[in-house]
Amino acid sequence: MRILVLIKQVPLTSDVAIDSKTGVIKRESGETKMNPYDLFGLETALRLKERFSGEVLVLTMGPPQAESVIREAFMMGADEGYLLTDRSIAGSDVLATSFALSQAILVIGGIDLIVCGKQTTDGDTAQVGAECSEFLGIPCITSVQQICDIHDGYAILTSDTGATVEKVRVRLPALLGVDKDIHQPRLPSYIRMKDTLTREIHRIAVKDLPESDPNRYGLKGSPTQVLRIFPPEVNQDFVLWNEGDLARRLYQYLKQEKFLQERI
Amino acid sequence: MSTIRIHQELIGDAKALVTVCPFGAIDASGGMVTIGEACRMCLMCVKKGPQGVFELVKDTEAVPSVDKSLWKGVLVAVEQREGHIHPVSLELIGKARELAGKVGQKVYASVIGEDVACVAGELLEYGIDTVCVYDDPALRYFRMEPYAAALEDAIAFLHPAVVLVGGTPIGRSLAPRAAAHLRTGLTADCTVLDIQENTDLDQIRPAFGGNIMAHIRTPNHRPQFATVRYKVFDIASKAAVCQGGIVVRHLGADQLASAVQVLEVTPKGVGSYIEDAQVIVAVGKGIARSSDIHLVEALAAALGGQVACTRPLVENGWMDARRQIGLSGRTVRPKLIITCGISGSVQFVAGMKGAERIIAINTDPNAPIFKTAHVGIVGDLFKIIPRLLDLIQNGEGVEKLCEEGSHGVQ
Repeated sequence: MRILVLIKQVPLTSDVAIDSKTGVIKRESGETKMNPYDLFGLETALRLKERFSGEVLVLTMGPPQAESVIREAFMMGADEGYLLTDRSIAGSDVLATSFALSQAILVIGGIDLIVCGKQTTDGDTAQVGAECSEFLGIPCITSVQQICDIHDGYAILTSDTGATVEKVRVRLPALLGVDKDIHQPRLPSYIRMKDTLTREIHRIAVKDLPESDPNRYGLKGSPTQVLRIFPPEVNQDFVLWNEGDLARRLYQYLKQEKFLQERI
Repeated sequence: MSTIRIHQELIGDAKALVTVCPFGAIDASGGMVTIGEACRMCLMCVKKGPQGVFELVKDTEAVPSVDKSLWKGVLVAVEQREGHIHPVSLELIGKARELAGKVGQKVYASVIGEDVACVAGELLEYGIDTVCVYDDPALRYFRMEPYAAALEDAIAFLHPAVVLVGGTPIGRSLAPRAAAHLRTGLTADCTVLDIQENTDLDQIRPAFGGNIMAHIRTPNHRPQFATVRYKVFDIASKAAVCQGGIVVRHLGADQLASAVQVLEVTPKGVGSYIEDAQVIVAVGKGIARSSDIHLVEALAAALGGQVACTRPLVENGWMDARRQIGLSGRTVRPKLIITCGISGSVQFVAGMKGAERIIAINTDPNAPIFKTAHVGIVGDLFKIIPRLLDLIQNGEGVEKLCEEGSHGVQ
């Protein structure tokens, strides 16, 4: 079984501030890491490989530096790494990102199962997986909690739909978005790091993709446009109590605001 | 492909230019200022950089523009389960009526499921102009392909300018599938929505864990998809008159087909969900032992509310993950939340800042939670809560005598 995991390089911390005058993001450093939700996707794929045999491939889209997340995936046990990098995919929104990724997946070929994390920590949209599945014309299940079995071209799994948990049977190839905490991700191994130091990372550029229309990629392929970015509002309506009988003040406040009234 | 041209002759302080780029793509080390591979074409350098230094050079090839006059109204993709409308759908209907009212257009709803006729009737009471109903045994459970086919059919039939979908597990699957099919823009988890006269939707959403807000538009594509989480907007009120109609639509066998078969449906553990609680008492790392949780449980019980927590308490195994508030947990919007021993990480705050009243108890006067709270109490929760419970149970000593009977204090 060939399992592909979609991974992304994200800033080390989402703890960024914005200069309210210039609208520019102030970041302490340009340090990056693998999107933490992807670790659960990768761990899921590695466990499936251990159970059902096969290989684990990873695909990321980003600047050339994004190679480092592929190296990290190698250290966890991934077999092959693909990097979709091209200046003309810069500025991609959800649609253009999903389309470019789905095109790259066609180039890689022969995939039985695609695994994604729940979301990224920078964009936070949690939509790229489902859009990819549409472009690939394959079924998609999100919020996967457990993969019970895979046999005869089908996967049996459970997924959280909000109020219920559903057990479903899905035909492969399929795309699965796994919940965080589906499994505890393993740590990168030093031995594997040494073993994979020179392993080739396959690079894919837009010219390698089946769709050659430049209007489908990057800024031009992105229907949404960011008009501006700004810092979140800070609450103005605020009182601070740091002295006196705090419990009594709180009691009186709750009473005054009708939180202690008899409930219907 | 559009590019950014750098006018080197206009550059004053090259080092200062580097900081203009949020992605660190500007390099000034080699004497010349260059833009590297990290560029995401966010155009912040063009917008915020020194005048004229960075210029956006658009390629001359004209992009065909959409005829916006063909796309009118706001469609809400209503989520229902066994005939019960998910409250997020009613919140979206309220917003849809507001947006449609601004541009003098109609409000539509789509309902997908099995035996959903009663849902359609109920929706008309909320002032929907047209409800598209998709009623079929194959639609009993949510499966992405047929549900997306139904929503796509409703869009083809109604031609709405805007499609609003609830940011639930189901909505977050349905919206991207349909938006990708229609090759249009989708903005996830919007917290503010407004509309321009030309029906361009103003969408504001948090990114980077809520540290940054982005204002997004979809200027040249229709329909414009947006998802909104539960409890972000106010629930719609019923309309004075119901003038709308119901249209029953049928899908073909190929549209109803799915590669997914639902084998078993298990309701999640009973018990109240924190999302529905009017009052929440939330606890964080300020408690050192799991046995201290009973204190906040007692306060929650006294206020008729629910207990919730931050992520570390779930990780310690002290609380059920369903009680976790935050970006990786639940979003809550109660009338009152009292946070006890919670410092207020951005991830936590993102999940509770919609509360009507926020009271924070923390020993650290510099805790970030005080930036969000309406009432900040600098003090020890182990001293304050037991005494507060005593006051709630027994009243305020002497005053109790005068007030007894007039206040049903619990």
